[in-house]
Amino acid sequence: MNPAYSVILFTTASGAGYGLLALSGLAAAGHGPASSIGFALACVGVALALITTGLLSSTAHLGRPERFLRAFSQWRSSWLSREGVVAVATYPVALAFLAVWSGLVEAPALIAPLGIATAALCAVTVYCTSMIYRQLTTIPAWANRFTVPGYLLFALATGAGLLSFISVVFGRFQAGAGNFQAFLTLILIFAVIVLKWLYWRWLRRRKPEHSMAAATGLGPGVRQWEVPHTARNFIMKEMGYSVARAHARRLQQIAMLLLDVAFIATFISPKFPWAVAVSAPALLLAAWTERWLFFAQAEHVVQLFYGQEKV
Amino acid sequence: MTTLPAPSAKKLGLVIDLDTCVGCQACATSCKEWNAQGDGGPLTDTDAQGADISGPWFNRIHGYEVREDGRDDSRMVNFPRSCLHCETPACVTVCPTGASYKRAEDGIVLVNPDTCIGCKLCSWACPYGAREYDYTQGVMKKCTLCVDRIYNDNLVEEDRVPACVRACPTGARHFGDLGDERSAVSQLVKERGGFDLLPAMGYKPTNKYLPPRARRETYAAGVAPLPKGDGSVMEKLFSWADKLLSAAPKVEARANPQDNSDKLEG
Ligand code: SF4
Ligand code: SF4
Ligand code: SF4
Repeated sequence: MNPAYSVILFTTASGAGYGLLALSGLAAAGHGPASSIGFALACVGVALALITTGLLSSTAHLGRPERFLRAFSQWRSSWLSREGVVAVATYPVALAFLAVWSGLVEAPALIAPLGIATAALCAVTVYCTSMIYRQLTTIPAWANRFTVPGYLLFALATGAGLLSFISVVFGRFQAGAGNFQAFLTLILIFAVIVLKWLYWRWLRRRKPEHSMAAATGLGPGVRQWEVPHTARNFIMKEMGYSVARAHARRLQQIAMLLLDVAFIATFISPKFPWAVAVSAPALLLAAWTERWLFFAQAEHVVQLFYGQEKV
Repeated sequence: MTTLPAPSAKKLGLVIDLDTCVGCQACATSCKEWNAQGDGGPLTDTDAQGADISGPWFNRIHGYEVREDGRDDSRMVNFPRSCLHCETPACVTVCPTGASYKRAEDGIVLVNPDTCIGCKLCSWACPYGAREYDYTQGVMKKCTLCVDRIYNDNLVEEDRVPACVRACPTGARHFGDLGDERSAVSQLVKERGGFDLLPAMGYKPTNKYLPPRARRETYAAGVAPLPKGDGSVMEKLFSWADKLLSAAPKVEARANPQDNSDKLEG
């Protein structure tokens, strides 16, 4: 599939934003009022800025962005529509949460319920995003059990990286082995590494389910002899993109290396807090690389009509 | 509404005969011509006269070579591909706007060009590559089963069929109600063993394809083997003369000065 930058930016930026927002909500539910207005503003502000950047960039992918309101109408059947509805519903709840968490509105009893509600809405939004891809049986690389946890874990891991960074900036990062934040981030990065490793191994080993023989009904001895058009059409541009195997391997290694760097930087961060200045960007870069590969490696069954033997 | 309607009794669709199709592109060009002026608005090509021509077509004719098991000769099969007006198409249910829909009365799958936001998700959900995005209008386009012809009282009776069916010179395309067992198309599917494309995808296409008929072996048996050389002096002489004469610089005849051969894929 064609790795459109608007969609990659959307899923990585909004993923990190929702991760940060959800973790802030959960942290607030556990610890009560924020240590300072600035800290609360920074957490929720950065999260909403990332989410908004992502949502805006996703509209750049539309042919008719001015009609975007229509996309909220089909939540009964469409994951894309559901994602839009929940994404918009998250804003007012997140702002209400910010108001009570920061202490701008004095209502400590509401911090926990609003924090948990915000986190839940974030989780549902990212879940909807992942289901847009998970549901497409036309793309076996997406329609499998790795897609949903992949989106959720990357959102949480990148969000945790950002939360650590903001905490260090505001002097809220605990020193020493009792640092729960660094511990949580480590677990999340580790989970991402394991999941991606399993996914890429699965992708390499999977047996293709669909063949040119089944697509054309012409039996196993079929091969393409004449193309239907001389110039590349929309189908070939959009679905025909596939990254060379050697490049894919190298990019997988780069993503893994970035995750390892983030892991080590997080590991030493309780002693050297500014290591988070390495781990947060490394996580974001890893997410970007992974998302690019997620698209570029995915093959669509329509390629069977255009000469590919198996998908 | 992008939720699917209950399956309709009437299932309008096409039956395409892979035995008689000669790959002449008449259906594809006729489809383009009709739909470039139809209800869905223009069907514009960009750089139409140039090297990088691009634009949506609803019908594409592939060519496949089929080598049957245990034979060393093969046959060519021309293969038109357009929307199959599936019964359970994910192209409809994924649409966030309701622009994609399946008609409850006859099962035709359509896109409303006035409400589509051009998110392209439906084209990802179609296994058959039947949806092509219109870059000039920012909306998705697809085969309409010529809904603006088949019910059109302004046309004479014999024109109230899809343009591609009307244009096909070999009668390889048939239009009718595949929900009605007694219809001519249903009978044809039964007699000739009509089949679904990619049945394992579970989209339940309405359109059916008729397989190429079995070969008549009398022809195959009558083909004489190619003569083999005997290595005689005369043969060597001719071969020497042939080499000598063909050493002259080659002139390539090319009707079209624009060489697109590097853009061909496959
Ligand atoms: S062929 Fe494709 S576009 Fe047509 S109904 Fe089936 S899934 Fe939808
Ligand atoms: S491109 Fe248009 S018709 Fe297709 S899913 Fe998006 S809004 Fe619906
Ligand atoms: S039915 Fe009409 S729109 Fe569909 S392929 Fe034939 S001519 Fe084109």
